[in-house]
Amino acid sequence: MLKLVKNIGLMVIIALGGITMAQASGDSAYHLKKNDWPHAGPFGKFDKAALQRGLQVYKEVCAACHSLNMVAFRELTALGYSADEVKAFASEYEFADGVNDDGDVKYRKGLPQDYFPAPFASETEARDSNSGALPPDFSLLGKSREHLSMFTPWNSIYGEDYIVGILTTYHEEAPHGVVLAEGMHFNEAFPGNQIAMAPPISDDLVEYADGTPATMEQIAHDVATFMYWAAEPKMEVRKAMGLKVIIYMSILTILLYFVNKRVWKKVKKGDDLV
Amino acid sequence: MGSSNYEPTSKAAKWFEERLPILGLIHGTLGAGYKAPRNLNYWWNFGSLAGFMLVVQIITGIVLVMHYTPHVDMAFRSVEHIMRDVNYGWLLRYTHANGASMFFVVVYIHILRGMYFGSYKSPREVLWFLGLVIYLLMMATGFMGYVLPWGQMSFWGATVITNLFGAFDFYNGMGESILHLLWGGFSVDNPTLQRFFSLHYLLPFVIVGVVILHIWALHLPGSNNPLGIDAKGPGDKIPFHPYYTAKDAFGLSFFIVILAIFIFYLPNIMGHPDNYIEANPMVTPPHIVPEWYYLPFYTILKAVPDKLLGVVAMFASILIFFVLPWLDGSKIRSAKFRPVTAFFFWLFIANAIFLGYLGTKLPDEIMIHIGGGLDALTLGRIGTILYFAYFIVIVPLVSRMESTKPVPTSIAQSVLDSRKEA
Repeated sequence: MLKLVKNIGLMVIIALGGITMAQASGDSAYHLKKNDWPHAGPFGKFDKAALQRGLQVYKEVCAACHSLNMVAFRELTALGYSADEVKAFASEYEFADGVNDDGDVKYRKGLPQDYFPAPFASETEARDSNSGALPPDFSLLGKSREHLSMFTPWNSIYGEDYIVGILTTYHEEAPHGVVLAEGMHFNEAFPGNQIAMAPPISDDLVEYADGTPATMEQIAHDVATFMYWAAEPKMEVRKAMGLKVIIYMSILTILLYFVNKRVWKKVKKGDDLV
Repeated sequence: MGSSNYEPTSKAAKWFEERLPILGLIHGTLGAGYKAPRNLNYWWNFGSLAGFMLVVQIITGIVLVMHYTPHVDMAFRSVEHIMRDVNYGWLLRYTHANGASMFFVVVYIHILRGMYFGSYKSPREVLWFLGLVIYLLMMATGFMGYVLPWGQMSFWGATVITNLFGAFDFYNGMGESILHLLWGGFSVDNPTLQRFFSLHYLLPFVIVGVVILHIWALHLPGSNNPLGIDAKGPGDKIPFHPYYTAKDAFGLSFFIVILAIFIFYLPNIMGHPDNYIEANPMVTPPHIVPEWYYLPFYTILKAVPDKLLGVVAMFASILIFFVLPWLDGSKIRSAKFRPVTAFFFWLFIANAIFLGYLGTKLPDEIMIHIGGGLDALTLGRIGTILYFAYFIVIVPLVSRMESTKPVPTSIAQSVLDSRKEA
């Protein structure tokens, strides 16, 4: 009888779960393509070549409008550059460095400890230059645009897929019946489909230093990889430590299981009662 | 706490014990001096797991505070400073954030275990109250903690939840006064962040205090057990150490593996992506959702058309647990011998999970495509009625009318019986 009641209870739970799943898979508002990312999964690592290409695209294209406030040049060693290469990269930038005796602003070359400079001095200036829209900072975009679903994890959309979606689903003309506001562009992946950013990338927009053919898809992939790294720079350390922690704790758990079994041996059988 | 028949073995311990009998206190509370029922199953591990999570949250929290800046202009950046620049800062923050979620998982199981096996029934009512007080304090602490990173969901969650208290507008301007007091101003702003930070640091230590009372109240009647019968004879009980220390150590070790999977491989799955966007009072996120552990109550709030009554229903849905010891009129504690009670218990859990799922949905979202379609609001209302019906109708009636199964005469006897069967 008890078993039966338990089973009925379980069936109710499963039935309710079934309803939620059935409906969850039906209503997804995002039809983003899911890509394979080398950095996904428990053993995933960043594709350093893609990161370097992504940095190149950011520097030559995106940085004209988008800041990267939370990333310092020193962190670029994670992309596979040597300390000297990072120093050289930083020195291509100029930073204000107080005033001289005449009251004029002095400039100095960038150093590894400097952060990527923002393209606009203020939000107002940024909006003025972009027909009223504010180009978002790149530092956390890789994590702030994903839609992780706790109840239905298989429906999760990752930030990188979203970025690739935005970069590759522009329509030259809005579909029939859609009226775009002034200065807006039609984009499939963007919520509401109207985006202020003009199509930012196209085939052969950059010439990759490593000779990779710069198709639009390749550029989108590289930028998305770079942006995810910028948002989660400690990912590789995190996964590596996680592996050690889980192996260690699993072994300890097995040992403690046998310790517990041994401690309980007599009591479990009730030998102490007879 | 445990009365002590503790005999120190070393000279130093004896010297100390005569001056401050704290070793005897520990011995009687968590050591061999505490005699626990011999038949506790793995559902009884969750008390010690909750205690472990409280310690983890306090330790990681104290270290995070060393690097965090509670100011609207700097809070968001300082959290990212922790994630990027502080040594193992990402580990501290991900442990703290996922630890909060896992703390709630563990405490929910702990509460539901108490419900299933009748641990709230006489003589453990005060123990049950203290547990509920801990849970309420956790809700407040968790909510205020989520505001501290000052992301979009921090800000808008704080705005929505604090505004609820404006519903208590019983005479002129009262609701507004409550809000001004909560905010320290006229909207959620820097004073709000700073008082939430202060209270988020304070409340965990209040929780520690109530946990000590909780354990004190536990040791007077002793632990309940899966059979729900009183442990009487010496054959019914075994010393807490080494039996339950060994069992808790194994359970804890296994639990840490689960916790580690979240911290290291799914660190953001329990959070909202919007909270990686800095708070902006000018931009409302399209969909404001609280943390998952509040979702069932959020659905109940939304299900009631009137604002004040909605808030009252939401609080009532938690406070009603306080009268559970009297709603349940059964002479038998454990649902093991109350099949109908057990059935409705699982139904209650399924309903609560469903309410939680609905909490993530917009009210007019069509959930089930039957006829014109059932939207989340309608289903939420049905779920809310079921939720309260469980307490007000089902438990009082079933507990008094149900024909129960025979209960063993003692814990030792049930062990001997299963020996014969085997």
